[in-house]
Amino acid sequence: MHVTRDFSHYVRAAGEGVQHIDLAVEGVHCAGCMAKIERGLSAMPDVTLARVNLTDRRVALEWKAGTLDPARFIDRLEELGYKAYPYETESAEATEVAESRFLLRCLGVAAFATMNVMMLSIPVWSGNASDMLPEQRDFFHWLSALIALPAAAYAGQPFFRSAWRALSAKTTNMDVPISIGVILALGMSVVETIHHAEHAYFDAAIMLLTFLLVGRFLDQNMRRRTRAVAGNLAALKAETAAKFVGPDEISQVPVAAIHPGDIVLLRPGERCAVDGTVIEGCSEIDQSLITGETLYVTAEQGTPVYAGSMNISGTLRVRVSAASEATLLAEITRLLDNALQARSRYMRLADRASRLYAPVVHATALITILGWVIAGASWHDAIVTGVAVLIITCPCALGLAIPTVQTIASGAMFKSGVLLNSGDAIERLAEADHVIFDKTGTLTLPNLEVTNAADIPAGIFDLAGRLALSSHHPVAAAVAQAAGAKSPVVGAVEEAGQGVRATLDGVEIRLGRPSFCGAEALVSGANLDPEASIVAFSKGPEKFILSVRQGLRPDAQAVIAALKARNIGIEILSGDREPAVKAAAHALGVPEWRAGVTPADKIARIEELKRRGAKVLMVGDGMNDAPSLAAAHVSMSPISAAHLSQATADLVFLGRPLAPVVAAIDASRKALHLMRQNLWLAIGYNVLAVPVAISGVVTPLIAAAAMSGSSILVMLNSLRARSRAREIV
Amino acid sequence: MEILVILVPLALMLGLAGLAAFLWSLRSGQYDDLDGAAWRAIADDEPPQEAPVKR
Repeated sequence: MHVTRDFSHYVRAAGEGVQHIDLAVEGVHCAGCMAKIERGLSAMPDVTLARVNLTDRRVALEWKAGTLDPARFIDRLEELGYKAYPYETESAEATEVAESRFLLRCLGVAAFATMNVMMLSIPVWSGNASDMLPEQRDFFHWLSALIALPAAAYAGQPFFRSAWRALSAKTTNMDVPISIGVILALGMSVVETIHHAEHAYFDAAIMLLTFLLVGRFLDQNMRRRTRAVAGNLAALKAETAAKFVGPDEISQVPVAAIHPGDIVLLRPGERCAVDGTVIEGCSEIDQSLITGETLYVTAEQGTPVYAGSMNISGTLRVRVSAASEATLLAEITRLLDNALQARSRYMRLADRASRLYAPVVHATALITILGWVIAGASWHDAIVTGVAVLIITCPCALGLAIPTVQTIASGAMFKSGVLLNSGDAIERLAEADHVIFDKTGTLTLPNLEVTNAADIPAGIFDLAGRLALSSHHPVAAAVAQAAGAKSPVVGAVEEAGQGVRATLDGVEIRLGRPSFCGAEALVSGANLDPEASIVAFSKGPEKFILSVRQGLRPDAQAVIAALKARNIGIEILSGDREPAVKAAAHALGVPEWRAGVTPADKIARIEELKRRGAKVLMVGDGMNDAPSLAAAHVSMSPISAAHLSQATADLVFLGRPLAPVVAAIDASRKALHLMRQNLWLAIGYNVLAVPVAISGVVTPLIAAAAMSGSSILVMLNSLRARSRAREIV
Repeated sequence: MEILVILVPLALMLGLAGLAAFLWSLRSGQYDDLDGAAWRAIADDEPPQEAPVKR
């Protein structure tokens, strides 16, 4: 059978006879890598462009059409020491990038207008004190209007649109008072300018937009960056499938290029990337990522297989079905939809603040106007004072209070290996007081490990590892990895379902089932871990047994202790069998655990805790966890998780240790503390400024100074989120 | 005060030129890779015998 790698799905034409591909690259983090990759790739003939993007960890490549196979770039990068894979921009990420650019353009326009209006305002402020002619003042006001009005119309779009959406849905958000404030300030200033008045607020209105756009842009940039990293990680998983393109010819194609009805080949040791039904072959499959169950399931003709299952022993031919036909997935999707609906009822801190804020401010302005009229002022003066109240209370600091902290906290989390999927996750994570862990793949490592490597002579273990390289069985792969084996034994033969054997210097060596190596006596005699898979290794008459299992994450115990120290309740809910869960719970010192729970049971448990007032953090990786991840107050997944779970989780953590869970909780608690502090600072500013505004003595100079002063104060306070988090354990 | 006739348009022109430069730099993708750009500025030049990085 002939296998080819086909990446044509990712290649696109870039002008006259030039083809373009984007690759996600792992391990690029300095200028040295950048130069090495760019030189290495542009040295290939016919490559016209090789440019690394260090922020997004990607390479853009262009070459003369038809001269090169994109697979060669990946091989070349591999030679240079980087793992790479073609990357396809998801529509979600493309939208974020476009939105980010739009905000930056708005910010540019608003900043330009602010600077120029300020240049005109300062002479007016100083002229009011000295001897500026009224004609000159009017001229400067008209010039300010000329700059500020079109700039505000353009740069205010993000706020106006969002406010309009909120109003047409009959709700309110922070953008409603912002839009009202800006429009009224500009409108009043135009009227005042027409009547040759002394004060105009063009500068305050446009400065407000500038500051708020900074907050908006930071918020957006954080989301864009997370999406880019998540997109790379998804690409680097390199999900491909061996698709039959002829009766006996297969091509390794990306999953995106596979359609229902196609037939794919699933070899031993491969993870299935599609949903489908077995049409030929017989094997055992590991569905632990989907159900949490670690015992293997027998697959034969007619058995449904789901994306994420690992094929263990035999080769299978699978006909791809549409995802919706899979009953397990359909059930999970239904639970997921329900849970997500419940989640969307959570109100973000900023929205709660604005819901209180808008009516208070508008009522204050109205009372000010009426108060002045009753006190005998003219309607004109009363309205001018009322608008001044609106301008000075415009939530400049309030709009920056939360996004600045979020941006800085997410940067700190990123450094400790946690990615944020949603912006409000920080607030929800900070409130969590009960953690539910899934066992398989969350508390335990997703990969198998050899637990008794220390008992075996090093030379023998090395040999077993080298022999294991010739097998596709995942247990063998674990042995090979544990032994750090590089060069396979020459002439090794794999016997399906049994093991591998080879002859080395006249001695036969075997690795596989105990019966295959004649080591049954050793197995029945030993006191073995019931959870482990046992493989035997024999070298002539010498026989050894290796015990392979999913090990706990190295720091799981320390993390559990650290969580207990923070007064957080812990429990384990697993779909796995009781003995396995019990053993893990005992090892970690978690008294509360349940085994054999279904996705619906998990949700029921979360609902029960919710009714008792607990805020649940769910940490899980399997597809069976996805609905409970969505149902929990906040959720986290390891990067090895099933796609669906990763997309549902609020946070994703990288790497082998479990420590990021605690680091994220600490960082978010600190961030929430700072957000609250910022809100109080903003309110404190208003408490000081509003009486001044109501009394009618506010000049544009005071408004501008107060606004920028409070914004800078809030930003400086947010920067405190950057300081290093204390050691977690 | 006749100087205003020259200075005000001049100031506005300079401001607009700055804005135009910013929008141009945004459009030409100069903000797409801020981390990389920071390093590129101090990267060594290519030795002449090697194939230059084509842009």
